[in-house]
Amino acid sequence: MSTVEIRNLHKSFGPLDVLKGIDFTVEAGQVVCVIGPSGSGKSTLLRCVNLLERPTSGQVFVDGTELTDPDVDIDAVRRRLGMVFQQFNLFQHLTVLRNVTIAQERVLKRGRAEARKIAGKTLEKVGLGEKADCFPAQLSGGQQQRVAIARALAMNPSLMLFDEPTSALDPELVGDVLSVMRELARDGMTMLVVTHEMGFAREVADRVVFMDRGAIVEDGPPEQVIADPRHARTREFLGRVLHPEH
Amino acid sequence: MTAQRLAPSPRQGTRQGWSPRKRQRVSRGVQYALLIAVVAVLASLADWKSIHQSFFNGQVAADGLPRLFTVALKNTVIYTACGYVVGFALGMLLALMRQSSVAPYRWIASTYIEIFRGLPALVIFLMIGSLPLAFPGLRIPGDVYGQVTLGLGLVSAAYMAETFRAGLQAVPRGQMEAARSLGMPYMRSMVSIIIPQAVRIVIPPLTNQLVLLFKDSSLVLFLGLTAAQVELAKFGNDQASTFANPTPILVSGLTYLLITIPLGYVARRLESRQEGKR
Repeated sequence: MSTVEIRNLHKSFGPLDVLKGIDFTVEAGQVVCVIGPSGSGKSTLLRCVNLLERPTSGQVFVDGTELTDPDVDIDAVRRRLGMVFQQFNLFQHLTVLRNVTIAQERVLKRGRAEARKIAGKTLEKVGLGEKADCFPAQLSGGQQQRVAIARALAMNPSLMLFDEPTSALDPELVGDVLSVMRELARDGMTMLVVTHEMGFAREVADRVVFMDRGAIVEDGPPEQVIADPRHARTREFLGRVLHPEH
Repeated sequence: MTAQRLAPSPRQGTRQGWSPRKRQRVSRGVQYALLIAVVAVLASLADWKSIHQSFFNGQVAADGLPRLFTVALKNTVIYTACGYVVGFALGMLLALMRQSSVAPYRWIASTYIEIFRGLPALVIFLMIGSLPLAFPGLRIPGDVYGQVTLGLGLVSAAYMAETFRAGLQAVPRGQMEAARSLGMPYMRSMVSIIIPQAVRIVIPPLTNQLVLLFKDSSLVLFLGLTAAQVELAKFGNDQASTFANPTPILVSGLTYLLITIPLGYVARRLESRQEGKR
């Protein structure tokens, strides 16, 4: 059973077809990076996996549960999916610690002490154990994003979704976030990552998926998709990203 | 062209060859002279003795003490607080109804808001006062306190609903997405994540709302109050008729200012602090 399975997924916003028939799977333990030009539908695809966007047609399965079934308890499925956003989306009115404990207590019904213990551990893991009592506004973008990762990890997800996690960061802060993600991958976390970081994709991904204009153009190991792309569109995109001066 | 218009030659445009600086000084001198003249005329026309007798009558003012504070101000505060609590809760409910996916809830909320913002508060109070005429057996729980709470609550709810709506809209959409992506149901996300941030954003206008309500509490005058139920405005008015002297009204007015000016100051401070944060 695949962790994520997507069958013939379509999504349109009004007259605009953003996803035009996506078929795609993520196996347990895999790290899959989705790359492609902006507007290609990669973020929308990711957001369809936890139903932040509702597909127009097609099926989405997570751990064998069909999310697109109208009777499914979507909150129960989302508990098992961690999501990290481009804009971090930390709860601004709560401390770092509370950001990481609130869903554990409210959703997983963990006791306060247990939630705090787990929060402490995950914050330690992202290197921010000493920032527990800060508010998000007191942290740098890179630190906020690492708290957001800890917040998702504390829920013990079986899959982590990353929606351009480093795109809103100053260049010198990108490294810390990527190294946390690298460590996660090493620990065997299943990850679906929408990213523009080609170095990260090449080094960490088991598979790289190239999307363009709402469709998957190429899907394979990084040494093939990034180093030796078959399609002209992939080559053109990579040429622009890897050598932006041209 | 433009440069010339911005900086005309020093001679041009000056009357009688005055320099701009001199012109400014003369103009200011004229304004001060006018002000002094007006004050002097008013002061000489005024009958200071009778003004003192009527408005600053110490004996009359002293007679109101301590009931001015122990009864009147206390009741004004109670009425305001009760109305504010009801207005806060009902206003939040209306704001949430306006966002509902169930269309009739949206219609009910916007109709309510339109009506109660469009009516003078006084008319609402008259309506509530005359409810027993329509339903002879009707008794609003809490008697006058209940009526006042209802009246002030109904009116302020409409205004607060609009304030809360602005606050709810000001919370970035990502906050709801983050909460939902953690598996929190919609209502739980609203209560734990969205509403606390929305309320924080609208604290300055909510403080202003408290000032308005504090003043509007004077409208209970029209409900018919017993001696124990009087608030500042009615207390001042009653004292004034007892002594045939308007001093108590002035005293009541000053007591209002004692509360409203500091509160307004607090609201402005909160507002500028919030602007600084953005």
